[in-house]
Amino acid sequence: MSRNPFAGAHPVRDSAKRRGLDRARGALLQIVLLFLVASLAVAQAIDPLPFKDHAQEVRFQNLTRELRCLVCQNENLADSNADLARDLRHEVFDLMQQGKSDDEIKQYLVDRYSDFVLYDPPVQSSTLLLWFGPLLILLAGATVVVVTVRRRGRAGTTAMEDKPTDEGDDW
Amino acid sequence: MSRLLPFLGFLLLVVLFGFGIWWNTQHDQREVPSPLINKPAPAFVLPRLDDPAQSVSREALLGKPYLINVFASWCVACGEEHPVLMADGKSIGVPIIGYNYKDAPDDAKAWLAQHGNPYDTVIVDQEGRTAIDFGVYGAPESFLVDGKGIIRYKRIGPLTPEAIEKELKPAIAALAKEKP
Repeated sequence: MSRNPFAGAHPVRDSAKRRGLDRARGALLQIVLLFLVASLAVAQAIDPLPFKDHAQEVRFQNLTRELRCLVCQNENLADSNADLARDLRHEVFDLMQQGKSDDEIKQYLVDRYSDFVLYDPPVQSSTLLLWFGPLLILLAGATVVVVTVRRRGRAGTTAMEDKPTDEGDDW
Repeated sequence: MSRLLPFLGFLLLVVLFGFGIWWNTQHDQREVPSPLINKPAPAFVLPRLDDPAQSVSREALLGKPYLINVFASWCVACGEEHPVLMADGKSIGVPIIGYNYKDAPDDAKAWLAQHGNPYDTVIVDQEGRTAIDFGVYGAPESFLVDGKGIIRYKRIGPLTPEAIEKELKPAIAALAKEKP
């Protein structure tokens, strides 16, 4: 029997080494499996539906991304794991199989759940402020800037040599 | 004056902030107004919980107003609402149709046996398909349907004694007055 510790021929040590290696390999396999399972779990948030072709699947994904889940209201239908969201995804899928257009499907849901289901709300009297409010604020801001700049310009030309006004400190 | 402008701007934001807080205490942010109010209730044919061979349809219920109450044994808020229905259900003057939503019939039966049954009839929608037509997005929800099959009032969330007194009963009283 060799005394050399580096000799791999020692039957006991060799098997111990192999066991260690196996254990490491096992741990690695477990980690890989864990990731695989985790990714599967994510994938199953969107349950598999028997699409006719890829184009239909893309259309379905785009449509459900524009629709709001009513249970968890900050999520769209495509991403939501809620029970109702799954039901509504199936409903959208079935309507697609019936040959309904995107607009018809949206209308179907709006008839039941109001405009609230649309992430892209239609322009109507109740949503005017929502649509054009930011523009109004932008215009108001621009007006303030223009007025301030003009006033300063005027103050600059007339009162440049005078004692400085405290106008500028306010802004 | 121009010195005060930033302060006034700040004050405006504070007021807006305060208004937002006040508004949110008065309104349920999750509540989605039903587009079905004053529209015909969707057609439905659903089996009865106590006898699945028999079914109840919208047509069969025409002629008299009724209240549909969506509930499920798994629904926590329904458990809060239940004692209210047990106590005040009989006093509202219209039959209450229990709408068992996405529930196992045995669970529903056990739940009603344990907590009492305030319903005149219980219908079962295990798949939740018809519920989509009603625009149900959670339980409990309640629909007041008039004799012509039109939805007249909807309550999202548990019926409270206050909601029954201030909303449901006046709505039912208005229906009674309409009848020639």
